[in-house]
Amino acid sequence: MTEAILVLEDGRTFRGEAYGKVGTTVGEAVFATGMTGYQETLTDPSYAGQIVTMTAPHIGNTGVNGEDDESRRMWVAGFVVRDPARRPANWRATGSLDDELAAQGVVGISGIDTRALTRHLRERGAMRAGISSESGDADALLARVRAAEGMTGADLAPQVSTREPYVVPAEGERRFTIAALDLGIKTATPRHLAALGVETHVLPSTATAADLLAHGPDGVFLSNGPGDPAAADYAVAAVRGVLDAGRPLFGICFGNQILGRALGLGTYKLRFGHRGLNQPVLDRVSGTVRVTSHNHGFAVDAPLDRPTDTPYGRAEVSHVGLNDDVVEGLRLLDAPAFSVQFHPESAAGPHDAAPLFQRFVDLMDAHRRDGTAVSPAPVVQHSTGENA
Amino acid sequence: MPKRTDIEHVLVIGSGPILIGQAAEFDYSGTQACRVLRSEGLRVSLVNSNPATIMTDPDVADATYVEPLTPEFVERVIAKERPDALLATLGGQTALNIAIGLYENGTLERYGVRLIGADVDAINRGEDRQKFKDIVRSIGADAPRSRVCGTVEEALETAEEVGYPVVIRPSFTMGGLGSGFATDEAMLRRMASHGLADSPVHTVLIEESVLGWKEYELELMRDRSDNVVVICSIENVDAMGVHTGDSVTVAPAMTLTDVEYQRMRDVGIAVLREVGVDTGGCNIQFAVNPADGRLVVIEMNPRVSRSSALASKATGFPIAKIAAKLAIGYTLDEITNDITGVTPAAFEPTLDYVVVKIPRFAFEKFPGADPRLTTTMKSVGEVMAMGRNFPEALGKAMRSTETKVAGFWTGAPDPRSAAELLEALRTPVDGRLYTAEAALAAGATVEQVAEASGFDPWFVDQVALVQEVAAEVRDAPALTPGLLRRAKRHGLSDRQVAALRPELAGEDGVRVLRWRLGIRPVYKTVDTCAAEFAARTPYHYSSYDEETEVEPREKPAVLILGSGPNRIGQGIEFDYSCVHAVMALQDAGYEAVMVNCNPETVSTDYDTADRLYFEPLTFEDVLEVVEAERAAGPVAGVVCTLGGQTPLGLAQRLKDAGVPVLGTSPEAIDDAEDRGAFSRVLADAGLLAPLHGTATTFAEAREIAAGIGYPVLVRPSYVLGGRGMEIVYDDATLEAYIAKATDVSPEHPVLVDRFLEDAVEIDVDALYDGSELYLGGVMEHIEEAGIHSGDSACALPPITLGSGDLEQIRAATEALAARIGVRGLMNVQYALKDDVLYVLEANPRASRTVPFVSKATAVQLAKAAARIAVGETIADLRAAGVLPAAGDGVDLSERAPIAVKEAVLPFHRFRTVEGHGVDTVLSPEMKSTGEVMGLDDGFGTAFAKSQAAAYGPLPTEGTVFVSLANRDKRAAVFPIKRLADLGFRVLATAGTARVLRRNGVDCEVVGKYSEGPGNCVERILAGDVDIVVNTPFGSPGNSGPRLDGYEIRTAAVAAGIPCITTVQGMAAAVQGVEALRRGDLGVRSLQEVHAALTAAP
Repeated sequence: MTEAILVLEDGRTFRGEAYGKVGTTVGEAVFATGMTGYQETLTDPSYAGQIVTMTAPHIGNTGVNGEDDESRRMWVAGFVVRDPARRPANWRATGSLDDELAAQGVVGISGIDTRALTRHLRERGAMRAGISSESGDADALLARVRAAEGMTGADLAPQVSTREPYVVPAEGERRFTIAALDLGIKTATPRHLAALGVETHVLPSTATAADLLAHGPDGVFLSNGPGDPAAADYAVAAVRGVLDAGRPLFGICFGNQILGRALGLGTYKLRFGHRGLNQPVLDRVSGTVRVTSHNHGFAVDAPLDRPTDTPYGRAEVSHVGLNDDVVEGLRLLDAPAFSVQFHPESAAGPHDAAPLFQRFVDLMDAHRRDGTAVSPAPVVQHSTGENA
Repeated sequence: MPKRTDIEHVLVIGSGPILIGQAAEFDYSGTQACRVLRSEGLRVSLVNSNPATIMTDPDVADATYVEPLTPEFVERVIAKERPDALLATLGGQTALNIAIGLYENGTLERYGVRLIGADVDAINRGEDRQKFKDIVRSIGADAPRSRVCGTVEEALETAEEVGYPVVIRPSFTMGGLGSGFATDEAMLRRMASHGLADSPVHTVLIEESVLGWKEYELELMRDRSDNVVVICSIENVDAMGVHTGDSVTVAPAMTLTDVEYQRMRDVGIAVLREVGVDTGGCNIQFAVNPADGRLVVIEMNPRVSRSSALASKATGFPIAKIAAKLAIGYTLDEITNDITGVTPAAFEPTLDYVVVKIPRFAFEKFPGADPRLTTTMKSVGEVMAMGRNFPEALGKAMRSTETKVAGFWTGAPDPRSAAELLEALRTPVDGRLYTAEAALAAGATVEQVAEASGFDPWFVDQVALVQEVAAEVRDAPALTPGLLRRAKRHGLSDRQVAALRPELAGEDGVRVLRWRLGIRPVYKTVDTCAAEFAARTPYHYSSYDEETEVEPREKPAVLILGSGPNRIGQGIEFDYSCVHAVMALQDAGYEAVMVNCNPETVSTDYDTADRLYFEPLTFEDVLEVVEAERAAGPVAGVVCTLGGQTPLGLAQRLKDAGVPVLGTSPEAIDDAEDRGAFSRVLADAGLLAPLHGTATTFAEAREIAAGIGYPVLVRPSYVLGGRGMEIVYDDATLEAYIAKATDVSPEHPVLVDRFLEDAVEIDVDALYDGSELYLGGVMEHIEEAGIHSGDSACALPPITLGSGDLEQIRAATEALAARIGVRGLMNVQYALKDDVLYVLEANPRASRTVPFVSKATAVQLAKAAARIAVGETIADLRAAGVLPAAGDGVDLSERAPIAVKEAVLPFHRFRTVEGHGVDTVLSPEMKSTGEVMGLDDGFGTAFAKSQAAAYGPLPTEGTVFVSLANRDKRAAVFPIKRLADLGFRVLATAGTARVLRRNGVDCEVVGKYSEGPGNCVERILAGDVDIVVNTPFGSPGNSGPRLDGYEIRTAAVAAGIPCITTVQGMAAAVQGVEALRRGDLGVRSLQEVHAALTAAP
């Protein structure tokens, strides 16, 4: 048993045991409240640069498998759990999580009071932290933590984005082709689109509007991703170009923030963010509440009570988080663009919001038939699973 | 969507008496519902026959009807109250069945009553197996594959398609007759041909077996805007094949990936929508093939269920309360989450702890019952425990069950080999986790244990982890602080550590060391959101973790110790008293702190007490809670006398540890329980007890019996609650009893008491404050002394006692209370024989009858007891209006109605290994699971109501079958004659018939069971008999008459007709029959009754 320490930038220290790779790491400490889906979480590029604390105590029970990764590798800066599984128990498991973390170089810590850590982050906000299983010297680690860059102003999308463009073909007949700006895209997203007959051309984060529109796509998709949206002006510029072209556009998570900034709205850092699979979001047009998957530390600043005038016409807040009234979705009333802050692709999380992909397809369909179509008013519809 | 405006008055139906499979959880849910509806400004009427519930407290509903839960009686309530709506989804299957009955017979339409929560079509879609399977398939999900087959060949083809093993269920046979598993073609050929013959329509259902698959449940809620949330996932440790109520279960699900869990969630939501449950809670059960993950839907309950109660306690999400709000039109997003106070109820709780539920069984009460666990629920209660990991929660749950063993290594080591243990694991019985641990200890691998038991390897590995920790603790040269902390983090109690380290001077030694090292539990909060938002509800559980969340407070606190798992002899009645104590202490200015581990109860609702600790009721766990609360603020003391034997057993140790024990002192409690000390109390008070002696051998017992005369009551000295008691009439039976009673030794002698035949047994509940006695109620048993008081029917006011008797009882009770030193409640059992009063037992604590007495007399005895415990006097309480200004429970008006309590027995639940019923005879050993109350102006009508509530209505005409023990024949003549005069046909066995005919009763002789075709048992099973009177002879163990009696009573249970086993019960039944024939059974609310009682001079 190797000892490990976790030190927060305000000096609070937790002592536990090494988990995953033995080493030292620094990142932004956050907590995620999902009870399932640690493999998806670890491989979600939006967690890049973050030390993720799982509030569910038992992690690793179902091991890891070759099917549930959300990207090509794990991205978290560190991993904090209370009770790691000693063996995987699931018919799909191909290995243990502990081994996989070590193999991918993820430094973790186990056996600490994760609830105490979570409460601390809830009260004081997400903050820089370090984990070390090499040295028990908390002071030295604290110095390293305080010297590290914070999340505000961090431009991380280029680090996680694909270097080369690639294509995810449609399942069955190809009905639409889209360009997706990879700011940290999860594999579940093109998979949902493919099931609806959409071929997705995934482009690197540095792609310009011209790159995105180069092959005349039916629409453009802005993915989720890590970091501060205020640091991703290149993406904002690209989105403005797409809006100028009047091409249907759909964004998720970081993509929602980028669309917001492209519209001239501000973004700000939440105290401790939303990271969980149980977040109620009100669809303000249909009046329905959906339980959604969240992973965001930043949010769009927009008035809830009225549409906002933007260079692209009126924009309104289409979705609101019921826990804290945070903006969870935007919709342009005069142009074919909409976005949500939560994750309709889920993985991990409930599938309630999956019909949003259909909404994107419907928008492209309408736009193809009538170039003046705007983002459609949501209709009450429920998902009973995948949107196929 | 706001509240509906078309509803002003809701009728809520409760679930009636506590039964196996339908227990206190419906009191919890019904109470929540009534309170919510009233707080919304609606008038609430309630019908529930169970007086031991909080929901039938007169201040929970506007009009409370403690009346039988039959469509007839509920219709009378509807006619009187004229509600707009009926809410039947919170009272279990009983309420749902009544709602369907009232719908089908046109009552709801006639009175314009709307069913809210779920409509009849939705209920039928959920409950009809075939319709439900069709729905599951229609939404693209899977159910076990099956087909109805008319020939053996068809059955074989179906089996080829669905794969062996298959389940065979003959259509329309009773009680699962002819069903079973076939593992191969030859077996199926044989079983299918038998099944086709057994079936009246000559068809069998051949179904794919999911035995051994992983079993899960989801609790869901839906509102009328069609928002759906999943409240909780539950994973069963016991695989498919064991009823979920009998399974060890865990929340949240532990062995599903997100992909699999979300698939389950999608299917669950789709099923809920398709079945069409309008609003409210529902429970869906799934099976997952561990080999390939195939998911099948097994069943759903379109209502709040036992699992909903567990899910509510496990997550802090109050399902019943929210369901009631949804039923009157609110949507989930309009309802605030109580726990956070700021976020909405439209979300899915997330847990940062693990919950383990373990069922509690009572097989020792039913000798001969098959202990194998099947798809028929057999457990009588359950415990829940929370920990920050599975081992911690498991350890706490195991010691919460209060069985002989309190976790691993606290019992004798299992001597069996690994191979034997693995073989044993294949048969599901209670306590298989212990066997799994023993198998691992004996060298079996995790894989072998998982394969044999059907437990997921993850759970087995967790047991292996606990075992490894134990081995470290046992084998370390010295118990280091790190190691001790590691043991505690894995759920080991001080007692377990002491068992592993004998040099530590036992549990107390471990605690002293642990405290010295500062290794103490912290208290975490159940907050529905894994700490994402601040919780304002102090609902705590302990964990050996770093940070505690107990808030400081200024008001003095009183801790109330609950009663732990429901079991026979200690059930919901004690929870009732604890909840009342909470209310009374809050009124008196204290902060009430509840400690309990039973998820079925009102006491463990987070908004009952000011603080709730969901903890095992062991000395270690309770003492730590006391210490945590002492650190938070002043603690006035602990109340141990309201939760039954469980907290009573902790009183002395808590006092010795310096904890103030409120109310009657532990020493006084001891005096009442210790036979020698109690004899001295009686002598001092000038009171008599039946002659008695103690014996360690048959010779000694025979000598004592000869001295005091047969019949004698014999029982082991070391158990309470009537366990192992018998009435013995002769030497031979006495010898058999001694031979059978294991563990008889000088330390554990057998007690031999004179049994007072034909005495009247009397139960008294009284309050004493050190100088004044308040006689709460005097109950006269309907059965003679010798039947356990919990199993016998009783009447209040006493129907045959004169004022002289009552004065004698008052004087005796006062003398006892004063000499024992009671400060609070005391229950005394007396026997009155030939005008001489004998004291059978005195218990200085709240008894099982407290709620019944409180409801019958309109005085809240438990509230008064709690106030006495904190130093108030009866005079104070009279002045404060807690007790009446003058008089007490025996000064009831002449016109006071009669309340009859009847016990409800679970015999139909149990079968012997051979598949026969278990004996239904009553004895000094308590067997009932619950009770009902019949309330009416006269004894006959009250008794008739109690019978209707407990067993279904007494017949008003038809045939009575009579078979009596010799000693009962003379006394039974008159009531039987009365039945004959009322037009009943009388069948009797030869000996009984002779006596009856000599007394002018015309009767037909039928053969005994042993006499072949046409015998009485066949007649009963054929439906020729409407009521059975059979008094047993001798005690179990005899042959001949006993065996006949057994067959007769078992047949009566199978035929579903009243079976009366005492002459006194017979006489009461005759009065009830007469009352029914007069047809004058009205309904009256408790509020009306109480108003009349308190207004009476």
